[in-house]
Amino acid sequence: MDSEDDFNSSQMSEDDFAQDSDVEIDEGKDAESARSSSCDASDTWTVDSDFDDDVGFESQDKDIKPNKHAYEVDFNVFEPSQIQASQHKQIAEVSSILVQPPEATAILLRHMRWNKERLIDQYMEKPEETLESAGLGQDAATNPPKITKIQGFCCDICCEDGPELDTFAMRCGHRFCVDCYRQYLYTKIKDEGEAARIRCPGDKCNRVVDSKSLDLLVGDDLHDRYQELLTRTYVDDKEKLRWCPAPNCVYAVECAVKDRELPRVVPTVHCDCGHYFCFGCSLNDHQPAPCSLVKRWLKKCEDDSETANWISANTKECPKCHSTIEKNGGCNHMTCRKCRNEFCWMCMGLWSEHGTSWYNCNRFEEKSGSEARDAQAKSRQSLERYLHYYNRYANHEQSAKLDKDIYLKTEKKMQQLQSSTGMSWIEVQYLDTASHALQQCRQTLKWTYAFAYYLARNNLTEIFEDNQKDLEMAVENLSEMFEKPIDQLQGLKVDMMDKTAYCNKRRIILLNDTAENLKQGNWEFNVALS
Amino acid sequence: MSAGAKKRIMKEYTECMNDPPTGMKINFNEQNMTKWEVLVDGPEQSIYAGGHFKLEINFPNEYPFKPPVVSFKTKIYHPNVSNDDKGSMCLGLLRADEWKPPNKVVAVLRLIQTLLIEPNQDDAIEPSIANEYKENRKEFEKNAKDWVKRYAK
Ligand SMILES: [Zn+2]
Ligand SMILES: [Zn+2]
Ligand SMILES: [Zn+2]
Ligand SMILES: [Zn+2]
Ligand SMILES: [Zn+2]
Ligand SMILES: [Zn+2]
Repeated sequence: MDSEDDFNSSQMSEDDFAQDSDVEIDEGKDAESARSSSCDASDTWTVDSDFDDDVGFESQDKDIKPNKHAYEVDFNVFEPSQIQASQHKQIAEVSSILVQPPEATAILLRHMRWNKERLIDQYMEKPEETLESAGLGQDAATNPPKITKIQGFCCDICCEDGPELDTFAMRCGHRFCVDCYRQYLYTKIKDEGEAARIRCPGDKCNRVVDSKSLDLLVGDDLHDRYQELLTRTYVDDKEKLRWCPAPNCVYAVECAVKDRELPRVVPTVHCDCGHYFCFGCSLNDHQPAPCSLVKRWLKKCEDDSETANWISANTKECPKCHSTIEKNGGCNHMTCRKCRNEFCWMCMGLWSEHGTSWYNCNRFEEKSGSEARDAQAKSRQSLERYLHYYNRYANHEQSAKLDKDIYLKTEKKMQQLQSSTGMSWIEVQYLDTASHALQQCRQTLKWTYAFAYYLARNNLTEIFEDNQKDLEMAVENLSEMFEKPIDQLQGLKVDMMDKTAYCNKRRIILLNDTAENLKQGNWEFNVALS
Repeated sequence: MSAGAKKRIMKEYTECMNDPPTGMKINFNEQNMTKWEVLVDGPEQSIYAGGHFKLEINFPNEYPFKPPVVSFKTKIYHPNVSNDDKGSMCLGLLRADEWKPPNKVVAVLRLIQTLLIEPNQDDAIEPSIANEYKENRKEFEKNAKDWVKRYAK
């Protein structure tokens, strides 16, 4: 099948780092490399056990992927023509069940948002009503939509009238001149990208313009665009399909992971365009953190990060409503802007208890103040905890960018070197492989910190932190190598390949561990996973 | 802009002249009929009473298949009007997915009037002002009246 070949061949090129090292090791070309990459306890472990064995040669079915890692999910990548084909296949299938022509079946399916089961059930129960609601009723059959001239008609859109005016209305009776109706549909399709559920132009009318009416009114010039949009809605309607969010990418990915499963699995998929993204939320790959934690974390960062540093130094929280108060003058008599609570900046006690003689702030031991100070200390502590994780999260994000910059510079120099010494592209490929691994590992590390922020402390967490530390060290070691002078790089090839393999391995260990435990519900979080 | 669109705008203007919306004055220039200037008096029963607000209504080329674009030229403290030099509004009828071609500008003008009397807190363009409106009505009214004095006299 075409799709499988496409998928696999692209997969191969994306994962070539693993293959490269595999080839090197297997051929025994490099004893050093083989030894050091298996120096870790897990001897039997190979980095490249996942995709590469079945790269479209032996097995055509990705679902039978024996060595799939715990953190990986099954998915397929489709190109537009395949999506179209899959629509047609379903239409044909349902059409034979309902004994309806394919055109009508297509309308019915779109109307039911491509929910086959629901359509079949509903149709079997009350066929007439089902047809009617999709604009295909008896009436539609005997009385197909048509363009007519009406005596005394005046179009409410363009204000034209006259007995020669062509007009159109669906069964809701909202009649307009054909030009206006057409113009309306053009605007919706061309400018607003609507197709399957364009509403009647009538004021407040929600009747969907059925495709028979569309066929009657819309010319061939819009046909392609219309079909494209129908495909778009098809993907949008299917729970199992998602567009790749990479800019200008035309592929859609199919994955069976459902929304309700997201607390137990982080479904990272890999589009043929090269982009790794989360099927659950369409964000960039965020393993090992589950979608809901990611959402929570990003929201928190947005709310806090810019100001967090400043806040910790210059502000306190209102002891009553906990909104942040900034002290901008010398006066210690504070009024919370939000709840109007009046309190003392020094001791956080109620201002009313200070009377007029706050100068010595002798109410330090007062109950209201000490409670508030406790609360304050707690909230400081939680801020510090947050900053601990945030700084590391942000650091990996930043470092990934720097790694990439350095790599790009290195690559450029390497190219110069290549042309002057006649080295082949293959010989510098290891740099690209290393850079790719670094990016991916940093991406993972970054999210381990968001993940850890929400973890409760227990044994499992400690194991996680060990894995995190190991990966972090591996990454920093590899990252360092890129800072070496360019003329030394070639001599470090073997070392670099080892370190790359090791990074990949540590990443897989960490991801496998987190994914297993997530699947089994072993993690204890300090927030609820929604 | 098509002849049909021009005809429609012209007709809408005539209708507005025959039955002018209360408290509004429309400055119409036949040379440039796609841009109306509307002077709105703050409704008596609202906190904007006594203020005079200049609005601009711009008709897009696709009018009436796309909604007109409304902006406050006079600064106004209101949850549904952007607090910048654009003074834009984007809710209800004014949104492309809500607007239907038979809808008329006069309905937009009525919407604005309604919003001056009672802001829509759920569809705010200025969340902080909406929040103040919700949580601290006194403060909101004080600020709004303040702005009327400062900008809309
Ligand atoms: Zn018309
Ligand atoms: Zn209708
Ligand atoms: Zn893609
Ligand atoms: Zn996600
Ligand atoms: Zn407060
Ligand atoms: Zn005090």
